[in-house]
Amino acid sequence: MPRDPDTLLRKFHEARWDEQIIFEMSVPGERGILVNEADPKVRKAVGNAASSIPNGLRRKSAPKLPEVNQMRVLRHFMHLSQETMGTDVTIDISQGTCTMKYSPKVQEHMAGRHPGIREIHPLQPAETVQGLLEIIYSLEKFLKEISGMDRFSFQPAGGAQAAYTASSIVRAYHASRKDLERTETITTMFSHPCDAAGPSTAGFNVITIMPDKDGYADIDAFKAALSKRTAAIFITNPEDTGIYNPRIDEFVKAAHDVGALCYYDQANANGMLGITRARDAGFDLCHFNLHKTFSVPHGSMGGAVGALGCAGYLAKYLPVPQVKYDKKKGYYYDYGTKDSIGKVRSFMGNTQSLVKSYSWIMQHGAEGLHETAVCSVLNNNYMMKLLSEVPGVTIHYAPGKRRLEQVRYTWEQLKKDTGVGTEDVMRRMADFGLQHYWTSHHPWVLPEPFTLEPCESYSKDDIDEYVAVLRQISKEAYENPEFVKNSPYNQVVHRVPNPSINEPERIAVTWRQYLKKGLDKKSSSKLQSKRVHS
Amino acid sequence: MSSQRKRSTGEPARRKLGVLVNPVAGMGGRVGLKGTDGAEVTREALRLGAEPESPRRAFEALRVLAPMKDEIDVISFPGEMGEDILRDAGFLPKVIGTIRPGQTSSADTERAAKEMVKLGVDLLLFAGGDGTARDIYRVVGRDVTVLGVPAGVKMHSAVFAITPRVAGDVTMRFLRSPAGDTTEGEVMDIDEVSFRKGFLNARLYGYLRVPRESQHLQSAKSGGTRTEKQVVQGIATELFRTMDKACLYIFGPGTTTRDILAQLHLEKTLLGVDVVVGGRVVARDVNEKQLGLLMGRDKPAKIIVTPIGGQGYIFGRGNQQLSGKIVGRVGKDNIIVVASKEKLASLNGRPLLVDTGDALVDRSLEGYVRVIVGFGEYVMCKVES
Ligand SMILES: Cc1ncc(COP(=O)(O)O)c(C=O)c1O
Repeated sequence: MPRDPDTLLRKFHEARWDEQIIFEMSVPGERGILVNEADPKVRKAVGNAASSIPNGLRRKSAPKLPEVNQMRVLRHFMHLSQETMGTDVTIDISQGTCTMKYSPKVQEHMAGRHPGIREIHPLQPAETVQGLLEIIYSLEKFLKEISGMDRFSFQPAGGAQAAYTASSIVRAYHASRKDLERTETITTMFSHPCDAAGPSTAGFNVITIMPDKDGYADIDAFKAALSKRTAAIFITNPEDTGIYNPRIDEFVKAAHDVGALCYYDQANANGMLGITRARDAGFDLCHFNLHKTFSVPHGSMGGAVGALGCAGYLAKYLPVPQVKYDKKKGYYYDYGTKDSIGKVRSFMGNTQSLVKSYSWIMQHGAEGLHETAVCSVLNNNYMMKLLSEVPGVTIHYAPGKRRLEQVRYTWEQLKKDTGVGTEDVMRRMADFGLQHYWTSHHPWVLPEPFTLEPCESYSKDDIDEYVAVLRQISKEAYENPEFVKNSPYNQVVHRVPNPSINEPERIAVTWRQYLKKGLDKKSSSKLQSKRVHS
Repeated sequence: MSSQRKRSTGEPARRKLGVLVNPVAGMGGRVGLKGTDGAEVTREALRLGAEPESPRRAFEALRVLAPMKDEIDVISFPGEMGEDILRDAGFLPKVIGTIRPGQTSSADTERAAKEMVKLGVDLLLFAGGDGTARDIYRVVGRDVTVLGVPAGVKMHSAVFAITPRVAGDVTMRFLRSPAGDTTEGEVMDIDEVSFRKGFLNARLYGYLRVPRESQHLQSAKSGGTRTEKQVVQGIATELFRTMDKACLYIFGPGTTTRDILAQLHLEKTLLGVDVVVGGRVVARDVNEKQLGLLMGRDKPAKIIVTPIGGQGYIFGRGNQQLSGKIVGRVGKDNIIVVASKEKLASLNGRPLLVDTGDALVDRSLEGYVRVIVGFGEYVMCKVES
């Protein structure tokens, strides 16, 4: 049945396979492939193959792998994949701050199948991987242009690791100047938590600035926090609220005035590609999440990269090796100076992802990147307008001001009026074939939050459908709150009681843990009998 | 996932809910009285044309709860103290005790609360204000989990849900979860007699056990956040690493300061101001005068306080021992504020407040303070008077 053309709502029902855990499907002796015995001649030539493995590395007993035939394995994972709601299946506007955009399949193909990428090894000499090195070198050039920074490192395998790497650079920088009193960094409440966690992991004390009444980081509080102990500031802009802080240069200047460095968390730079540059705003360091703005998929298909950029005077601290170019040598690994903070990831990090981002930028060109920013901001403000008219939705701060690429909304009013809160709405969404949305980092500064980010990939029709679903749920909440609270109805799992997820003694993330905690013994007899049937 | 559902342990035992309505709570508000503590004031309120607020509010909460009426056992006192409104909302309560209609008092609240605890209620839902919370606290202490439906004139205590509907919702979630998560909420009340004369005197009476969700804006389920215990450990560690042996540490009241000192295996009075020197408690529950004596003329001293109640007061509510004179002597630079990030977030952007009774001192405290929120973690907070 097609989507209702008037309401834009779908009669969706998720596939439900009532699937067992693969270990439970195990049948002793069942195999995927039965490998033929080797030819006697071959056997004779090889001798005892196992003897070439050192004693200490040889296992004493066979691994406890599930014994399942190939077809059942395939079916199992296909079933599971049908019970998920990823970006390729739903309109994934839900994951605000995650910049869930379309990742063109051509770049997946390149990264996954091109022999020049797929069949090389990180230990190969540079001369034999010139193609990949050229891609890395060119990608760095692009990002330098986009940010105004002088050098990049692609080693950090995520935004949080980039923040940590930057913190280590900040420490090395101050240490080189014998400025050892700088033990503090400053961040803001609506910045990503890694802007606190990165420096904290690197040993800094972290001071957080609360938002002022307009939702901007309180600049007076910020100035009161600055001192000669401040090593650096780590901030996001726009913050999670999507409001661009127009006084960002004042923050930078005040920080520089006390001798601190400035780190711009640009994990999601979708709203400013080709419009503003971190270096031009005075920042000394910044990072981009290639798995957001630059189209590398999030999660299991991904391989995240927190591309870390810095101004020239900090380049010598970057992780090694860096890829450089010389007319005679071609592309080569530069292990750099004694000042480098060292490695933060083996080899060159997640290089497949670099190929994808390179490809994405090449597909867009400079104008295309600019258009990405324009479209994502336009999409976001269109959506904000629609949502501002949905009963129960509140948009805090800066009334009448446009947002950049995302908005932190709240169901505060809905909760007050109906008792239906953001987590109830979130569950009900799945009944219409939409992935649950992201609420907010913790603690929630705004009550009953949800954060949406309609990237450039989404059409007007996608946005209209998404909003239609939220409008419908709001209507249901005002008419019959209990109905929304008991949702979802069209999902594999009706509703998982939260407390059991939070009970450490019932959480098992591996089969071994599951057995150790005796959870198999607590399982119902129904399960046991099922195993016999299969 | 589907198998997880199957493996969940069977139906939980039927839960028991006690419902208690203070029928006169909230009457004073509309007619300009500051509360209805005491029979005379209640009569005065009625004479001025006040109408009972609490039954209506209790009804709002119960309506949200109505869908689970067949899952739980409900216990209440007769008539206006709960039975009527429960029946209106479709419940069939087990009614206990007796009252004299139209003439109920705090003694009835106390009796009802006590009886319900005896019958083993899992949650005591009450509609009232600070005075009702105090009455309940007096007889049940922290023996049972309670939740307030906000219905009073005064609501400084941190035992109320933000709206009646939310109270219903929290109750439902609490009763449906096998092991409802609880925390302690302040029971505060202002002295109505002096307040009617224009002088605010808020006291901290104690702590009631409340569902965790009722206090924080976020629901307790949010995985990944730290537990209350871990937060306190972090704060304590941060505080201890800066502590100086010779200095007098004056700890204000509250669960946070109590739990911090527990990390040093020191026992702190919950409601009092205690003094620690060199890792030992040298005085407990001191008043202003005793504090002055301990501080002597120029002993270095620091005050450790945490916001008390929902309004964000760090001085002047529930810790009046820390008077303007004392705070002024210690000085702004030696005042250490501790709180969880969650608590600061729940202030909804409002500043921390001071009201020491000395305007000059209050003004000297204005500006920004670095609140310790964890190990090596601070939040800049605005202080206003
Ligand atoms: C603004 C911002 N900074 C940093 C990060 C952290 O990136 P990662 O999840 O790759 O560590 C995120 C991711 O959510 C983010 O939104």
